[in-house]
Amino acid sequence: MSGRFQAFMLLLALAWSAAALAAISVYDFPDAQQEHRFKHLINELRCLVCQNQSLAESNAGLAQDLRQEVYEMVSSGKNDDQILKFLVDRYGDFVLYRPPVEATTYLLWFGPFLVLLVGLVILIRTVRRRAALATGTLSAEEQQRLHQVLDQPKDKDQP
Amino acid sequence: MLRYLLPLGIFVGLVALFAVGLYRDPKLVPSPLIGKPAPEFTLPTLKDPKKTFSRNDLLGKVSLVNVWATWCVSCRQEHRFLMQVAQRPGMQLIGFDYKDERPAAMQWLQSLGNPYATVLFDQSGRTGIDWGVYGTPETFVVDPKGIVRYKHIGPMTPDAWHDHIEPVLAQIRTGKG
Amino acid sequence: MIPELGHFALVLALCLALVQGTVPMFGAAWGIPGWMALARPAAWAQSLFILMAFVCLVTAFIQNDFSVSYVAQNSNSALPVMYRISAVWGAHEGSLLLWATILAVWMSAVALFSRSLPDETIARVLGVMGLVSVGFLLFMLLTSNPFERLMPAAMDGRDLNPLLQDPGLVVHPPMLYTGYVGFSVAFAFAIAALLGGRLDSAWARWSRPWTIVAWSFLTVGIALGSWWSYYELGWGGWWFWDPVENASFMPWLVGTALIHSLAVTEKRGAFRSWTVLLAVFAFSLSLLGTFLVRSGVLTSVHAFANDPKRGVFILAFLGAVVGSSLVLYAWRAPKVVGSGNFQLYSRESLLLVNNVLLVVAMASILTGTIYPLALDALNLGKISAGPPYFNIVFVPIMVPLVLLIGIGPATRWKQDSPWQVLRRLRFAVLVSILAGFAYPLLMGSYSLAVGAAMAIALWIWLTTLMDMRAKAAHKTSLWAGLRALPRSYYGMVLAHTGVGIFIVGVTLVTAYGVEEDVRMAVGDSHEVGGYSFRFDGVKEGEGPNYTASTGTLHVSKNGKEVTVLRPEKRVYWVQRMPMTEAAIHPGLLRDLYAALGERLPDGAWSVRIYYKPFVRWIWLGALFMAFGGVLAASDRRYRVMAKRASARAPAITGGGATSAPAR
Repeated sequence: MSGRFQAFMLLLALAWSAAALAAISVYDFPDAQQEHRFKHLINELRCLVCQNQSLAESNAGLAQDLRQEVYEMVSSGKNDDQILKFLVDRYGDFVLYRPPVEATTYLLWFGPFLVLLVGLVILIRTVRRRAALATGTLSAEEQQRLHQVLDQPKDKDQP
Repeated sequence: MLRYLLPLGIFVGLVALFAVGLYRDPKLVPSPLIGKPAPEFTLPTLKDPKKTFSRNDLLGKVSLVNVWATWCVSCRQEHRFLMQVAQRPGMQLIGFDYKDERPAAMQWLQSLGNPYATVLFDQSGRTGIDWGVYGTPETFVVDPKGIVRYKHIGPMTPDAWHDHIEPVLAQIRTGKG
Repeated sequence: MIPELGHFALVLALCLALVQGTVPMFGAAWGIPGWMALARPAAWAQSLFILMAFVCLVTAFIQNDFSVSYVAQNSNSALPVMYRISAVWGAHEGSLLLWATILAVWMSAVALFSRSLPDETIARVLGVMGLVSVGFLLFMLLTSNPFERLMPAAMDGRDLNPLLQDPGLVVHPPMLYTGYVGFSVAFAFAIAALLGGRLDSAWARWSRPWTIVAWSFLTVGIALGSWWSYYELGWGGWWFWDPVENASFMPWLVGTALIHSLAVTEKRGAFRSWTVLLAVFAFSLSLLGTFLVRSGVLTSVHAFANDPKRGVFILAFLGAVVGSSLVLYAWRAPKVVGSGNFQLYSRESLLLVNNVLLVVAMASILTGTIYPLALDALNLGKISAGPPYFNIVFVPIMVPLVLLIGIGPATRWKQDSPWQVLRRLRFAVLVSILAGFAYPLLMGSYSLAVGAAMAIALWIWLTTLMDMRAKAAHKTSLWAGLRALPRSYYGMVLAHTGVGIFIVGVTLVTAYGVEEDVRMAVGDSHEVGGYSFRFDGVKEGEGPNYTASTGTLHVSKNGKEVTVLRPEKRVYWVQRMPMTEAAIHPGLLRDLYAALGERLPDGAWSVRIYYKPFVRWIWLGALFMAFGGVLAASDRRYRVMAKRASARAPAITGGGATSAPAR
């Protein structure tokens, strides 16, 4: 019970964000390119105290402070990598909405494509084999397996 | 036969994952500072704005850096325990008053008591960002060499002290466990 | 009194559900007609009691009964009546009751419209649905009782979260849940088929309309959520890949694969074990979504307040339902042999590729959603995976999929040649590439991505039109040919067209939308997207349960006034939560959008202005898809089935409908 109470109090302290209030802060930029970079960055960074919002959306105090930081860094000429590194050094990878590509995240980044590839390969092989079965073009090994299957006692559940 | 069992296998794995995940806190952000030197900083003290305190002043002793604020409800909750912690020998309790108002903070310490050896005033929260502070209260354990050894998120409780802080303190005492 | 009645009704419903979930199933297994016949009446009785409980909760809200804990937490006497009703499903316990109620509606519908089904099948289908209902009723009664009393009663309630006090949020959950829960019907049919050992085309034909209708509702539910988030939250976006959004999107993807797969199983007898697996997946993902949202394992703006105890229950339920279905699948499915044989290049194999792509897309979203959790559980660190990740992984998988929309219908069943298909479609290939890649030239700055997306949308529309003409060509005239095409075909046409519309909307708003945060003093003007916005200050005012600061922006184009936008900043009295109420001037070709920020120290205000071209096409596309689904489900052959069944009933007097044979 005490643990849960603690968690609740912590949540109260952490979540001093008005999630329903759009974060509208005005920043001045000398050129459109910098402004574009700034907007891109604050959309890639996560608000640490919110329930899943980017720095761009959140109106939490910490989010405002961090937006200001990013603004100052963009204005002072730092590049995107440096700015992201600044935040990761302080808050860890959690602050990035685009997870880094490293050993622990290879599965995350490449998994889906691998699965797609494997899936397509299996699909092609299965369809080819079935088509071959139907048109009678079986290899010797496949013919042997076919006989094995046919010689098994009939299952009453076969449709 | 194997390929028909595959969905089941994947599912069982997922359930195991979720079962473990149920007891984790998805909002907890671990600190990347653990094992690294504490960030450089210079802050004015709360009582006397002209006096400053910097990272060097942490060295030589075990420091407990406690980030708090008067607007933080949980900080009030942990305060009584901090008063007890302050009595313990062998370490200094440093307070970071985070994004607060000076008069309110002074009033707070006066009425509730001051457990801190020194209270520093981080009005803008800039130093907090360098320490990776994202919510109050947070407590850092810094060893005499200035390395951050542990970060506790949330109010400090006797249980947390016993389970997490004391082992770290023991490690520091016996010289990097 | 009424809450107690509601509670009691739930208990009775549970008892009936237990009966419904067991007796008919054994009856089907052991061939006992009396036990099987119990299924329908049990379903109706159970539905009646659940409905009663739901009405009791609604009544408690309307009557402001703050002695009920759930009412006290989610309502307030100043809350307008419409929102008092929608507050019923505004939080965890009530939304579970909504789940159960919608399940009851589906169960009754299945019991009602299934006269032509053999007794064994209906016994098993309703039995499975009964077991699912047992799970939800138990969950409510054991851990999340909406009728729990608060003693002493509260003076007034804590009010509904202001974000939820909105018409969009009134309709969004019921639509969404109707979709989620509707997949339980396909699931029940699949389990019934596995248990009975018969996975024939009849099974597919029965399942199809239910699945399509559920899918349509889910489409609308997701679209509503996206639309709501766009106009309510003031961020101008429409999809964030938030875990809860993903939890609704994953069953949708699998549901899409399922309706395509069912089509093949019905028409060609192929893909049987695939289709069964997809039906199990679709509902499993619905349940998984329920788990993710209520257990606290993931952080989301959407997540209900919760504790691990509830999470454990749902996980156990999820494990039991999905685990046992997958065991059943592993046991029974190998014996099912698809009767289709088709060549490597054929419509069947293209549909298989379609299924694979959709399932991989779902898997990629699932991976991204739970990967942070997995790493944390294995103590390998804490990461986040957000929109940048999902956009990079998901979009490339979708590209071949939408291309298939054109290639599939143009490919013959069983066997065809890719070159022949290319020849047939050469007109569409040429025009879509030329016109598509030329479009960005009209817009000024060139973008290859926009060109590709427009080409794809054109590809979809052109191939659809060409296919319609080809299929209508067999009659005396084109018009007669078009009239002869069945509704299910037009459903497909509409839905695929909707995909194209959706792609256009997403692409153009992403590429050409403009967002500006500006400081505006009274009288200042700012140009965005060719429109001029003049700020005329802020007025204070009051609503039924909030105070509002309302800004006025006069919008004109080329000197002509277009509209007046009045964005608001509201503070709701009870929860004291500040909220932005954006002002939108909607249009088919563009939205103008303004949100009020803060009063700046010098008296001016920060204002956000958006120009959003074609943003409505996003939800228009979804609506086309949903309508396509409903149209397809209302195809003659499903209605013929129902009529034939009632004709078969022993009625000597005439009226035996001699309808045309089902296609």
